[in-house]
Amino acid sequence: MAFPHRPDAPELPDFSMLKRLARDQLIYLLEQLPGKKDLFIEADLMSPLDRIANVSILKQHEVDKLYKVENKPALSSSEQLCFLVRPRIKNMRYIASLVNADKMAGRTRKYKVIFSPQKFYACEMVLEEEGVYGDVSCDEWAFSLLPLDVDLLSMELPEFFRDYFLEGDQRWINTLAQALHLLSTLYGPFPNCYGIGRCAKMSYELWKRLEEEEDGETKGRRPEIGHIFLLDRDVDFVTALCSQVVYEGLVDDTFRIKCGSVDFGPEVTSSDKSLKVLLNAEDKVFNEIRNEHFSNVFGFLSQKARNLQAQYDRRRGMDIKQMKNFVSQELKGLKQEHRLLSLHIGACESIMKKKTKQDFQELIKTEHALLEGFNIRESTNYIEEHIDRQVSPIESLRLMCLLSITENGLIPKDYRSLKTQYLQSYGPEHLLTFFNLRRAGLLTEQAPGDTLTAVESKVSKLVTDKAAGKITDAFSSLAKRSNFRAISKKLNLIPRVDGEYDLKVPRDMAYVFSGAYVPLSCRIIEQVLERRGWQGLDEVVRLLNCSELAFTDMTKDDKASSESLRLILVVFLGGCTFSEISALRFLGREKGYRFIFLTTAVTNSARLMEAMSEVKA
Amino acid sequence: MNRTKGDEEEYWNSSKFKAFTFDDEDDELSQLKESKRAVNSLRDFVDDDDEDDLERVSWTGEPVGSISWSIKETAGNSGSSHEREQLKNRNSFSTYAQLPKPASTYSLSSFFRGRTRPGSFQSLSDALSDTPAKSYAPELGRPKGEYRDYSNDWSPSDTVRRLRKGKVCSLERFRSLQDKIQLLEEAVSMHDGNVITAVLIFLKRTLSKEILFRELEVRQVALRHLIHFLKEIGDQKLLLDLFRFLDRTEELALSHYREHLNIQDPEKRKEFLKTCIGLPFSAEDSAHIQDHYTLLERQIIIEANDRHLELAGQTEVFRKHPRKASILNMPLVTTLFYSCFYHYTEAEGTFSSPVNLKKTFKIPDKQYVLTALAARAKLRAWHDVDALFTTKNWLGYTKKRAPIGFHRVVEILHKNSAPVQTCRDLKDRQQLLAYRSKVDKGSAEEEKIDALLNSSQIRWKN
Repeated sequence: MAFPHRPDAPELPDFSMLKRLARDQLIYLLEQLPGKKDLFIEADLMSPLDRIANVSILKQHEVDKLYKVENKPALSSSEQLCFLVRPRIKNMRYIASLVNADKMAGRTRKYKVIFSPQKFYACEMVLEEEGVYGDVSCDEWAFSLLPLDVDLLSMELPEFFRDYFLEGDQRWINTLAQALHLLSTLYGPFPNCYGIGRCAKMSYELWKRLEEEEDGETKGRRPEIGHIFLLDRDVDFVTALCSQVVYEGLVDDTFRIKCGSVDFGPEVTSSDKSLKVLLNAEDKVFNEIRNEHFSNVFGFLSQKARNLQAQYDRRRGMDIKQMKNFVSQELKGLKQEHRLLSLHIGACESIMKKKTKQDFQELIKTEHALLEGFNIRESTNYIEEHIDRQVSPIESLRLMCLLSITENGLIPKDYRSLKTQYLQSYGPEHLLTFFNLRRAGLLTEQAPGDTLTAVESKVSKLVTDKAAGKITDAFSSLAKRSNFRAISKKLNLIPRVDGEYDLKVPRDMAYVFSGAYVPLSCRIIEQVLERRGWQGLDEVVRLLNCSELAFTDMTKDDKASSESLRLILVVFLGGCTFSEISALRFLGREKGYRFIFLTTAVTNSARLMEAMSEVKA
Repeated sequence: MNRTKGDEEEYWNSSKFKAFTFDDEDDELSQLKESKRAVNSLRDFVDDDDEDDLERVSWTGEPVGSISWSIKETAGNSGSSHEREQLKNRNSFSTYAQLPKPASTYSLSSFFRGRTRPGSFQSLSDALSDTPAKSYAPELGRPKGEYRDYSNDWSPSDTVRRLRKGKVCSLERFRSLQDKIQLLEEAVSMHDGNVITAVLIFLKRTLSKEILFRELEVRQVALRHLIHFLKEIGDQKLLLDLFRFLDRTEELALSHYREHLNIQDPEKRKEFLKTCIGLPFSAEDSAHIQDHYTLLERQIIIEANDRHLELAGQTEVFRKHPRKASILNMPLVTTLFYSCFYHYTEAEGTFSSPVNLKKTFKIPDKQYVLTALAARAKLRAWHDVDALFTTKNWLGYTKKRAPIGFHRVVEILHKNSAPVQTCRDLKDRQQLLAYRSKVDKGSAEEEKIDALLNSSQIRWKN
C-alpha cells in the first residue's frame, strides 16, 4: 500500500547534524551572557527551538525564567535579559520600550538581543533611534535550516513569501544563500544546478558569490547530493491554491501542521484533551499513509487495525514463557501502534465530518472544472454563492484567485461584481487585500491582452533595444499573464483518463489531485531532470514569463557517485505544499531518485491567502 | 548536551565538520564589539602585521590557542583581507572545540569578563570615527590609521560586501551623489535586500527627499525596498510624499485609507473615513469607500439606538435574544442579518430597516433573500420565511419563487429545524424531497414527509 522505495534508491544524508549545530551555536551565544538571565522568546521561534533544544539545556546555561515576547511590560526581576527574536521592527520597539522604562526607573541591567536567523540594519537603526543602541548588545543565531523530517528542511520563514512576492523585499535572499552555502560545506558541492524564477536566480548568484569568497571550502569534497533545483513560488501559484487530498496535505489544510507537529483536538483524540503529535517518518502509521490519496486511507487503517487485533489475539494459547516474551518484546510496540492508529482514525473521522459539512465534493468539482477550463460560468456562480453565504473569507478568496490564474484574470464584469460582494460579505477594508492580490498577480482583471502585445511589439520596433526593454518591463508588470491554459496543454498537466483513475495504484503525479491535475511545479522539475536542462522547454519558459530567469549550471564532477546523482535537493522559494512533496516522493519512487526538500516554509492555500490579507483575522 | 566526550571530539575533529563556520562568527562575541570597533580603526596597522605579531598580544595567561583565537576574532573584523578571513574561518571551529567546557573556570566568556561597555554607542555609519572606541584596545597601541582620511578606503563593492557580512562599516565617506548612487547600485547588484535597505537608510539621511525620490524612480528594486522600509517603520508621511512624487495615486489613496485600521474609536474612525472619500481612488473603489463611510455612520446610529432599547428592556426581541456583540465595524451582510433579526418589520424610512439597507447599498435580491431567510429562520419566524418566497404577479395571483437555489433554502431551514409544514406551505415538492434527504432515516420527520409527498390534497407547484 504505502509505496516502498526501490531497492536501489539512494540513502538520504543525515540532516540531524544541522540540529546539533544550531543547538551548539545557541549554547555558545547564551554563554556570552554569563550568569543567570531571563530569556524572552518570540512566539514564532518557540516551535523551532523546541525541535532542537529543551528547557533543561537552557537551564544548564543559566537561563532562569522563560518569557514570551509580547507587547506587555516585562515582569522579570533578573539582572540580565536576553531576547531571542526574529529581526522585526516591532520587536525592536518592544525591547527599546523595556530598556527605556528601566532607564526611567533608574535601573541598570544587561540586555542582549539574539536575532535569528540574522539581524537587519533596519532593526539596528530602530534601536539607535530609540536611544538604546549600546545599552543592548546584538548577536545572530544563524539557525536557518530546521530538519522537520528525514527529507524535509524548513527555514521556518513564512514571511519570506509576502516580503518577496508582494513587497519585492530581497532581505531573505542572503539568508537563503547562507543556508545553501552551509549545505554545500556539510554535504559537498552540487554538481548540477537548475533553477527558475527571479528570486531563484538572485539567490543562486549570491550563493555562488559566497562560495567564491570562501573559495576552497567545498572544493575537493565529494558531492553527496547530485542535483539542486531552485524554484520560485510564483512560477506555480495554481498548485498551492488547490485543496489538498493526500493525507498529509489534508491534515495540514484541516488542522494546520506547525513546525512538523499538529494539535489534535478532543474531537480527534476522543478524550477531553488535546494532543500535540509529531508527524514524521518516525510515526510508522503516519509514514505509511502520509502520501496516500485520502480515499485509500480509511481502508488502510482498518486493515491495519485488523492486523493489530490479530497480533493481540495471539496471546490466547500462549504458555507462560511465550507470554513473557510477548509482553517484554512486542506489547510495547503494539501499544504504540494502537495509540497511533486510533489517533489517525480519529483524525480521518474528524476530516470526513468537516468535509461533508462544507460540501467538499462540490468544491473539488469546481476546482477541477477551473483547472480543466470548462463550465467557467458555473464555477463563477459557485464562488459568488460562497461569498454571499459568508463561507470562510479565505476560502472564497482562494477560489477567486484560482479562477483568476487559470483564466488569465477575471473578466472585468465578474471582477467588479465578485469584489463588491466580497467587500459586502467580509468587510470593506478588504479593498486593501484586493490591491495586494493584484500586485502579486494572484487576482487580476483581464486586460485586453492581445492589444497590449501588439502595442509592445510596435513600440519595440520603433525604439532602441534598451528603451524597448524598459517599456516591455513596464508592460509586463501590468500584464504578466499567467498563461495557465497554454502551459497546461504544453506540459500535459490534465491527464487524459480512459475510465476511472485508480487512486490505489497511481500512474502519475496527478494522483495527489485525484487524477485531475499534475502539479505544475513538479512537472517542471520532472522535465528538467529528464532533459538535464531547459532544452526543448523554451516555449514553456516563455509562457511562464521566465525567459531570462531559467538557468542551468553543470560542472563535470567525476567524484560524484552514481548514488549521489540520484539525490535531488529541491528548493522552494516562498513555500511548498505537502501535495508537492508527495508528488515528488512518488516521482522519486518511479524513477529511482530521492528528493530532499528545502522550503522557506511549508505552505498551503490558506497561508498564501492570509499572507496577502491586510486585515488580521 | 548528552554527547559523551569521545563523541564530541570525533564530532569536532572529523573532517566533515571542519569546514563549517558559524555564519559570521566574529559577531558572535558581542562583548568584543567595542574592541572590534577600535580595531576597525586600526585597519592599516593590523593589516601590516602578520598572525604572529597578533598572537603576541595577549593579556591573560589563558591557553594560547584560545587567546590567538580571540585575537584573531578581534582582528578578523578589521580587514578585507581574504586570506585572514579564511584562516580564521577554518580555525574557528576547531579552536572552539579546544576551548574549555563552560562549567570550568576557563569559560569562554570569562576571557572578556570585567571589561566595561562603552557608555554611548555610535551609529552604524560613524562607528569608525567615533572616539570612545579608541580606548578599548589600548594594548594594541594607538592606531596610525586613526587619523587618516578614509576617502580612499573601501571601494563601494568592498563596503557592500562588508555590510552583507553584517559588519559595522562607515558610509560617511560616500558624500558625492555619484558615490552614493554607485554604492546603491552595488548593493542592488549583490541582491541582498538587507544591504540595499542599509544603503537606503543612509541615503535617506543624507539626501533631500526630492533627490532621493528622483534617483529611486529609475531604480525600481531599490524603490520597492524603500517603500517597504517606510511601511515597516511607519513613516507614513514620507511614504505618502513618495507616492505623490511618483504619481502613484492609487497607492497614495490606499495608504491613507489603511490608517483607519489603527483608529479604534468609532466616531473618529468615521471622521477619518470621511477624509478618504475625496482621495484619488478608481471610480469603482471610490464607491466602496463611500459605502464604508455610510455603513459605519449607520452602524453608529443603530448601535446607540439598540443599546438603549436593550437596556430599557421593553422590546421583546432584545429581551429574548440579547445581542452578543456590537454591530460596529461589521461587514454589510452581517449588518443586514442583524437588521433582519432585530428590525425586520420597520418601515423603510428608518436607518435600521432591512429595506433601507438594501436600497442604500444596492444589495442584490439574491443576497437579500439569503440573508433575510437565514435571520428569520433563526428566529423561527416561519411566516416571514414563507412570505419571502411569495410574489404577486400583475394579475394579483400569488406565486412561490426564490432567487436562490432551493437546496440552499432547504439547508438553511434544516439547520434551523424548520417544521416540515413550512415546506408544505411552500408547496414545494422538490424542496420537500431535498429535505427528506437531510433528515434521519426512519425518523418521524421522514414519515411525515413521505405522507405529505404522497398526499393528493396538495397541489404542488413543481
